[in-house]
Amino acid sequence: MGNFAANEGLSIFVILVWLGINAFLFVHFYMAFLVDRFYYTRVILGHALSWARAPAACLNFNCMLILLPVCRNLLSFLRGSIQCCSRTAARQLDRNITFHKLVAYMIAFHTAVHIIAHLFNFERFMDAQLEANSSSLPHVLSLIGNKDNESFLNPIRSNETNPTIVMFTTVAGLTGVVITLALILIITSSMEVIRRSYFEVFWFTHHLFIVFFIGLVLHGIGRIVRGQSFDSLKHHDPIKCHSQFEEWGNDPSCPEPKFAGNPPMTWKWVVGPMFLFLCERLVRFHRSQQKVVITKVVMHPSKTLELQMKKKGFKMEVGQYIFMQCPSISQLEWHPFTLTSAPEEDHFSVHIRIVGDWTQALYSACGGDKTGVQDAWELPKMAVDGPFGTASEDVFRYEVVMLVGAGIGVTPFASILKSVWYKHVQQNTNVFTKKIYFYWLCPETQAFEWFADLLQSLERQMTEKHMRDFLSYNIYLTRWKDAEAAHLRVQYEAENDPITGLKQKTLYGKPNWDNEFNTIATSHPGCKVGVFLCGPQALGKSLEKQCHSQSQGGTEFIFNKENF
Amino acid sequence: MGKIEWAMWANEQALASGLIYLTGGIVGVAGQLKGWEYAAFGIAAGVFVCLLEYPRSKRAKGTNYERTGQYCFTVCVKAFGPLTSNYYVRAFLHAALCVPGGFMLATVLGCVCLGMASLIYLSAAIHGEHWQPIMPKSEPAKSVTQSIKHPPQNPPPRPPAEMRRKRAEDLESAAYVNPLPVTANE
Repeated sequence: MGNFAANEGLSIFVILVWLGINAFLFVHFYMAFLVDRFYYTRVILGHALSWARAPAACLNFNCMLILLPVCRNLLSFLRGSIQCCSRTAARQLDRNITFHKLVAYMIAFHTAVHIIAHLFNFERFMDAQLEANSSSLPHVLSLIGNKDNESFLNPIRSNETNPTIVMFTTVAGLTGVVITLALILIITSSMEVIRRSYFEVFWFTHHLFIVFFIGLVLHGIGRIVRGQSFDSLKHHDPIKCHSQFEEWGNDPSCPEPKFAGNPPMTWKWVVGPMFLFLCERLVRFHRSQQKVVITKVVMHPSKTLELQMKKKGFKMEVGQYIFMQCPSISQLEWHPFTLTSAPEEDHFSVHIRIVGDWTQALYSACGGDKTGVQDAWELPKMAVDGPFGTASEDVFRYEVVMLVGAGIGVTPFASILKSVWYKHVQQNTNVFTKKIYFYWLCPETQAFEWFADLLQSLERQMTEKHMRDFLSYNIYLTRWKDAEAAHLRVQYEAENDPITGLKQKTLYGKPNWDNEFNTIATSHPGCKVGVFLCGPQALGKSLEKQCHSQSQGGTEFIFNKENF
Repeated sequence: MGKIEWAMWANEQALASGLIYLTGGIVGVAGQLKGWEYAAFGIAAGVFVCLLEYPRSKRAKGTNYERTGQYCFTVCVKAFGPLTSNYYVRAFLHAALCVPGGFMLATVLGCVCLGMASLIYLSAAIHGEHWQPIMPKSEPAKSVTQSIKHPPQNPPPRPPAEMRRKRAEDLESAAYVNPLPVTANE
């Protein structure tokens, strides 16, 4: 429990504030429709009116919020400015996608409540219109509006229709169906299975949010929620006059009530975030128009493609990521990749694993299938958006750091280690970080090749500068074949590891995290240890648990997770 | 857009639609709204669609993520053979099921969502996809003979017998125990 507050405190606070605002808006707007102004509306609808208006207010609030977490340029900017004040607050911005999903679930929930309440509203309006009984108040109220110059209360104006037809012939009803359908399509295509397997379906369907927001803003222009006008309230008090509805107009103290519709409010809530999001897209577009030159292409054995690029004015921090687009492959697809170069280098690079259509097409476009030299002008034109901040930026703000990468998840740490090398060895600047523990979990040996080169050169440099202790790295091979195992047993006594060629031996199986955390905690009492992970969720959960439970001698483990 | 299996999205959409149809139906019947007979149909149709769509199909390429406890549903759906594995049939079925929902306000949303699912299934069918059951993998019987490597042909090299024999003055360091007591050479 010790580290729970440090790790999760701010997140829980933000969620509680958000839930609190939702609850407040719900109750406030529920009560707002229990006033006299809506007395006659409630005569027909009962409390279903409030049950529809309260979630509507919450929907306004949540639709305002939902666009904000996905403005990544804005968030990057905020992150940069907050970072100088508070590391914890800056980390909170990493959880933007989680918050986006939570707000989406809340929108879905409130939509359901709103729709169910309106089903009853439509039913009751219809019933009021159908009653052919002039001694029933609801029916009398529904008749108001049939004469010229009268404003109506009941939006259903005829008794020869039915709720379904009414729905399709009112702006509110039609936009309601359209935006709910858009919402459901967005949600079903965002299910984890679809998102992970066919990102394009998710991405393109998600753009239905444009339809959603347009429909949302238009939803209220019909002014279908009606109450007594303020002017009418002065002359006609519903509490006094409702029982004398047969005398309205004849009795001077109770003239015919007049009604007016509520003006649309949603646009006031969402126009700000829509504008911010528009700015975000413009910024992304502008950035993508800047010229990017591919300076070097390297094909690594484990179906990994390395691209080294240059772009005017490009500045990065360690472990950031960029979005890349290749117009010759697809005009609309942008894919995220972690930067594997250090900020101190004169170019920036990414290592791309070839797994899907787009990466395969990129491989062919960069001449992967051709043998011989590829001319520079034959390389495809690229567009780059970014870089965007991630947790790895914080690495150098901790005195002791644990870096855990699984498989291809090691890429952000490649950037960090290179930067470490440049800072300590070439520039000799005083770096706050005193010790790095690096863990790489890998299922196959081939993936080592490009990263092993980096580790080898680091090892060499550190030995020369008598700094062997700065970086302690552990490579875990989690899967191996029998034949390989036999070879490894024989090579046990060799000085360099037979797989990586490094002095540090490769370990087999999975690390014992209890031991690792214990050792680090005892070696660095009273320190804040940053734990950085780029890997699968299961590993993240077990590391997070370790961070929360392991706290000896005041050592605090703070967990940071990469996510795309 | 590459090798997308439309059926996967159609399945998610259809399952969601089934739930929405069902919920609309329940509200319609419980609230005794006009046209509640259509709502009752909506409940039945919603339940049927959910049961049909719950088991995920086996993918042509890639890992399969089963839904919790879907095996018994897989067996039931598999039993109908081409009626359930052919996506043209499913598209038509969903289109037919959704029509009555359009007559009553509570089930209209279920109707349009199911209609969308039907269209996506139609797209899947046109792309030649079909439903395949995910059957649990039967473990192959571990062949015992594989793990036994070739036994060695020659005995291991050993030092001569004098070196191997237990020495009287140093009984403790010997590697074996004699059944008879050891005495020094006469």
